[in-house]
Amino acid sequence: MGDPEQGRFGEFGGMFVPETLVPACQQLDAAFREAWIDPAFRAELTDLLNNYAGRPSALTECSNLSEELGCRVLLKREDLNHTGSHKINNVLGQALLARRMGKTSLVAETGAGQHGVATATAAALFDMDCVVYMGAVDIERQKLNVFRMQLLGTEVRSAESGSRTLKDAVNEAMRHWVAVVETTHYCLGSVMGPHPYPWMVREFHRVIGDEARQQCAAVLDGGIPDVVAACVGGGSNAAGIFAGFADSDARLVGVEPAGGAAVGRAVPGIVHGSHSYLMQDEWGQVLEAESISAGLDYPGIGPEHAHLAATGRADYIPVTDAEVVDAFQLLSRTEGIIPALESAHVIAWLSKARHELKGQTVLVNLSGRGDKDVAQMMDILK
Amino acid sequence: MSGVLEATLRSRRDSGGKCLVPYLTGGLGPDWLDTVHAVAAAGADAIEIGVPFSDPGMDGPTIQEANDIALEAGVTPQSILDSLRGADIGVPTAVMTYGNIAYRMGWERFASMLVDSGVSGCILPDIPLEEVGPWAEAADGAGVETVMLAAPTAPDERLPRICRRSHGFVYAVGLLGITGVRAELAASAKIIAGRLKNVTDKPVLVGVGVGTPAQAVEVSTVADGVVVGSAVVQRMLDRAGPEGVGELVAEFRAALDGP
Ligand SMILES: Cc1ncc(COP(=O)(O)O)c(C=O)c1O
Repeated sequence: MGDPEQGRFGEFGGMFVPETLVPACQQLDAAFREAWIDPAFRAELTDLLNNYAGRPSALTECSNLSEELGCRVLLKREDLNHTGSHKINNVLGQALLARRMGKTSLVAETGAGQHGVATATAAALFDMDCVVYMGAVDIERQKLNVFRMQLLGTEVRSAESGSRTLKDAVNEAMRHWVAVVETTHYCLGSVMGPHPYPWMVREFHRVIGDEARQQCAAVLDGGIPDVVAACVGGGSNAAGIFAGFADSDARLVGVEPAGGAAVGRAVPGIVHGSHSYLMQDEWGQVLEAESISAGLDYPGIGPEHAHLAATGRADYIPVTDAEVVDAFQLLSRTEGIIPALESAHVIAWLSKARHELKGQTVLVNLSGRGDKDVAQMMDILK
Repeated sequence: MSGVLEATLRSRRDSGGKCLVPYLTGGLGPDWLDTVHAVAAAGADAIEIGVPFSDPGMDGPTIQEANDIALEAGVTPQSILDSLRGADIGVPTAVMTYGNIAYRMGWERFASMLVDSGVSGCILPDIPLEEVGPWAEAADGAGVETVMLAAPTAPDERLPRICRRSHGFVYAVGLLGITGVRAELAASAKIIAGRLKNVTDKPVLVGVGVGTPAQAVEVSTVADGVVVGSAVVQRMLDRAGPEGVGELVAEFRAALDGP
């Protein structure tokens, strides 16, 4: 039961989209399937990842932080990628695929703006038109990224409905897509949505886990870390790094914001194209998430994570905004690395769980850098 | 499976008429049930009742606003169905909502609640053919007519499969896009209606982008009738009251009935 290539992760996944979009999802599925085994496509993507995005990303041993926490911390440095986060891995793959399918425009949703910036970047590189939907609340707290997208030639549209955050940006991007589906590719930014996105986006991020597995082997004498941890909004950076260790004994940990802990509440639902865990009321109305971090401020979670949680293969643990603020400063101060607020969630968990983790080796996916969050943090720490 | 919704629409069509199915948002305003009665009296063949969902991905600004207002007023699927139970509307009704509302309640429980409330049909626009299995089983078992949507993007081979699975009528999506009134009828509306008429004997009604009596008449030169949503809901938002909404529906009825 449950073949990701058919859009099923155990009982989760599926293709819950309006009929108008079904053919586009099926076309995308066929195109990805074909491209992914085409050596020419893979070579072109690898070339872009290496020579445009700057892969492979470094693995950094954090001696100072390790000393402070009592566990050995290795950071997978996705913050060093071009555009400042892991998002570029997926976007370059999807943009190449869009071109291969003959689509001339891209539409995307964004929360923190990192996926929007990455999509705007690929659109500039491939000379495609691009529209990015962003919640009005996020436009305010991630102004820098709005300006970056505009500078790159993308039109940023404000999502004014509902909670005016990532969930609503997804709604607007899907509504936009329905009307222009014949010429436009929806460049979805996480391992969520209808099939083939959860599977395809994971495959585009698998490079994080594959590199990290080798890099860990080099520093751990052929071994693997005890724990592999990542933050989860929709779950793409986590899915990418987990993919490299799925068949190992490493404990997999996803860190959720306490105000957006879809897995923690474990209520299944259907929204945005897939069947997964979803924060909702007793009638099935979707609840608004609440997190300091725009990129994790989402009431759902990709279906693969629901499956990993249901089967016990991965643990999902919440941390509070206050713990994240402390962690943001801790990593900056000890290692000279300012993390994205999203990524700081993982550091917050390490700090909180330091007794339980004593003596263990923990691989952390540092999904992005904190430049975008500095203005928001200035206000908070004032 | 055949039900009262399909029988009613077939009989309108087979007697040479065109079908009119207005949509209105359940729970929108304290007098919404009076509006349902007024719409029935104004000549609707059947009525679609929208059950509000927080994230209506197929809906444009008008129905989104209606959803938000109803949800803020504390409307629930249960309260809407409770109101419909025993309301004696006089024409068949179908509920239109999103998959999660039915899934959260449980497919079987939702289906039997519809039956208990006297609702004949159900439309779940985010549950396409590929995913309809569990719901369809529950609906068929309970005797609920599941209306499937067919969009202009569907390849030919897909249409007969949609029509086979659809009960009540086949909902032809008139354009690429979300619900809302448009200035012109999209060219795609008559084309998808014609493609469906070629492969099914079930009533084919066009919805999405049919907002004026003239558009309804034009698309019904090919289709068996229309679903009119945003235009009706906009009237409700404008506080036209049951009477005002009834007048609009009567205009559609008169136009479709012709001189
Ligand atoms: C740096 C960073 N990490 C993580 C995320 C969350 O996304 P995901 O859970 O898909 O990795 C975002 C989203 O905006 C982000 O910008």
